[in-house]
Amino acid sequence: MALLSEAFVYLCAAVIAVPIANRLGLGSVLGYLIAGVVIGPVIGIVGSEATDVQHFAEFGVVMMLFLVGLELQPAMLWKMRQQLIGLGGLQVLGTTAVFSGIALAFGLHWQSAVALGMILALSSTAIVLQTLNEKGWLKTQGGQSSFSVLLTQDIAVIPMLAVLPLLAVGHGGGDQGSEGHGEAAAHGGEALAALPGWAQALVILAVIAAIILAGRHLLRPVFRFIAEARLREIFTATALLLVIGIALLMDFVGLSPALGTFLAGVVLSDSDYRHELEADIEPFKGLLLGLFFLTVGAGIDFGLLFGAPLTIFGLAIGLMAVKFCVLFALGALFRLQGADRWLFALGLAQAGEFAFVLFGFASSSGALEQSLLQTMTLVVAISMLLTPALFIFYEKVVAPRAVAKSDREPDTVDKRGRVVVAGMGRFGQIVSRMLLTSGYDVVILDHDPQTIDNLARIGIRTFYGDATRPDLLHGAGLDQADLFIAAIDDREKQTLMVEHVARTYPKVKILARARDRHHIYELENAGAHYAEREVFEGALALGRRAFAELGRHPFRARTKAQEFRKHDLAMLDNLRENYNDGGVDKSYIDAMRAQSDTLFEIMRVDRGDERHERTERGWNPPPKGDATL
Amino acid sequence: MNQPLFQTAQAVEGVSAIDLYAEYPDFGIDIDREQARLVAHDVIVFQHPLYWYSAPAIMKEWQDLVLEHGFAYGLHGKALQGKIFLNAITTGARPEAYSTEGMNHAELRSLLGPFEKTADLCGMRYLAPFVMFGAGRAREEDRVTVHRNAYDDLLKALVADRFDLDKASKAALLTDVLDDFILKGEAV
Repeated sequence: MALLSEAFVYLCAAVIAVPIANRLGLGSVLGYLIAGVVIGPVIGIVGSEATDVQHFAEFGVVMMLFLVGLELQPAMLWKMRQQLIGLGGLQVLGTTAVFSGIALAFGLHWQSAVALGMILALSSTAIVLQTLNEKGWLKTQGGQSSFSVLLTQDIAVIPMLAVLPLLAVGHGGGDQGSEGHGEAAAHGGEALAALPGWAQALVILAVIAAIILAGRHLLRPVFRFIAEARLREIFTATALLLVIGIALLMDFVGLSPALGTFLAGVVLSDSDYRHELEADIEPFKGLLLGLFFLTVGAGIDFGLLFGAPLTIFGLAIGLMAVKFCVLFALGALFRLQGADRWLFALGLAQAGEFAFVLFGFASSSGALEQSLLQTMTLVVAISMLLTPALFIFYEKVVAPRAVAKSDREPDTVDKRGRVVVAGMGRFGQIVSRMLLTSGYDVVILDHDPQTIDNLARIGIRTFYGDATRPDLLHGAGLDQADLFIAAIDDREKQTLMVEHVARTYPKVKILARARDRHHIYELENAGAHYAEREVFEGALALGRRAFAELGRHPFRARTKAQEFRKHDLAMLDNLRENYNDGGVDKSYIDAMRAQSDTLFEIMRVDRGDERHERTERGWNPPPKGDATL
Repeated sequence: MNQPLFQTAQAVEGVSAIDLYAEYPDFGIDIDREQARLVAHDVIVFQHPLYWYSAPAIMKEWQDLVLEHGFAYGLHGKALQGKIFLNAITTGARPEAYSTEGMNHAELRSLLGPFEKTADLCGMRYLAPFVMFGAGRAREEDRVTVHRNAYDDLLKALVADRFDLDKASKAALLTDVLDDFILKGEAV
């Protein structure tokens, strides 16, 4: 039961602290950290086992890198190359250099100084991306540049993991802590230790090649096979299996599991199952990372903080000042204007969650001393705690001043109108092709692998996934879309999906495919702006054709079909209130019968001689008896 | 060119500007609704480009359906009596083309005969057409603003009942110079 009671304590702390922190605008990362502080140093419920839990929770970082990889389509990476290599690369190298210099001046070994510099150069992807997204700043130039730098940093973690063991200082005790590290094993896995160096290198290269090749050619059919089984939990299990399997494999050959899963992510970022994989792994990553932050909070040494508060806070503020200066200078170099440069420099001035991971790694590989690490862990945590204050400063002080200025300049917000289509069956295909061939950007979701494959063959890209899942809809960019076309064939799911979209994205217009007339009412009540019966227009066209086959003049057939449509739509309007008030009850059926009688009159008119009924309007000759003509 | 003119009309208080192609993209004209509109207004303006000496197809369809016997004409068709009818048109050709010596061998007003006859049969008073000639070159020759202002004056004068209807119904054309037709001072 110990496991369950521990889980209860951690979950309880998270469930209480995170929503409160979010409400206060501090973001979820800080919520976890604070919750950790409360259950650890303050109340003391958790103690010694926190370190073990932390090793387990570090797997969240592996999953995060898998997700980062999934986001990085090779084409997108190529488009961002200048920002990534230039801006991001210079930030990492520049900040590392400055911090290493400072650390040297404080008398550290050069190895320790470089290790510390690298680790502090990283910023908090979790806090910054979360905040930029929440505030809608991600699409601004400042937000885009921040994103590029964070991406470079995330990628830079991988070489850092490789380099840290090489920076071991003699007296640090190189192999003291590598066991138990789920995140990354040091140099040379046990299995390969017996092989000569060149053979080890060969095996490692072969493993990487295998991951890339398998990702390209083996995983897609596997995922399609699993998806066709339509067992959602098995798809999730497969995704988890993939991540854990790669992590184990990398561990076995002595490479960073993060590197392996990142590679797998990039390879799969082109696949149709990307959104589904993201949606499946995301909750696990979120919980594990949350657990990780909790344990970091629980591990904060309050004795140390209260022993030398000035030193600790001074170091934290100094750290942020240095990072800010480097970022601000880079912003100027890369022509970020006004508020954008401030957002960029202020937002990325903290140290990040990767620092905790890397600190642990650096300690076990002997690159940094334990006492220094405790201080620096505190400093990093405090710099993260101060970050929301910087964002508030930007929002309240910097941004308002920039607004007046930006009126004169061209708008830098590159927001684009988009359409999201859910359901690529017989219905969705026609709508989507009309829009696509007219040059609109359309994001298409469908849950049938066969359909996806067939469409891919004619050059239409469709994303696999159950469009009724909120996370998938969000992943498809609904928060930035203008139009949502709900075209899935499951009646109940369709209504639920429309309801969710209408509630969550009130700005998006919703056009929906309806099963029948009652479904139209249901969809309207769920929030659809317009609903069209899936078979109505097709049946009208066929009915019109039937008239023509029966000898009616084709134009007359068209007129009759139009009359029918007009009457039917009027009936739809007339019966709406009746339906919403009690559904198909007696009054509804009576009203419907009355309407049908009118239709009978309208459609029969031209069968007899009564050609001048008011219902048969248009093109009627004047009557013979009119003497005025 | 009819788009800016339509916008001019939309902006005049007392004028209901109806875009027929927007309201009935499938030509499914609502007869009752259109007849109610006619009853509610005193002046009917057909604003359109001149297509083959007539109006675009939907306006012909509108006439065929809305101007019914018993409503617009015939023994009991008195709904439009006494109202005013006007064509506000744009042409591709220059004014010289519309004369007995010109390319069309006829005056513009006589080419618009079917509209005048329709108005007559419905008991409406037909005014001379308000015309922009050579509309394709109007922008480069900088005539758009002048014509829009004249249209604005014309519509406002009609709304305010300050238009010399006798003179306008006898004239050959209404062009951008409307001073002779717009009455100063009290309404007639």
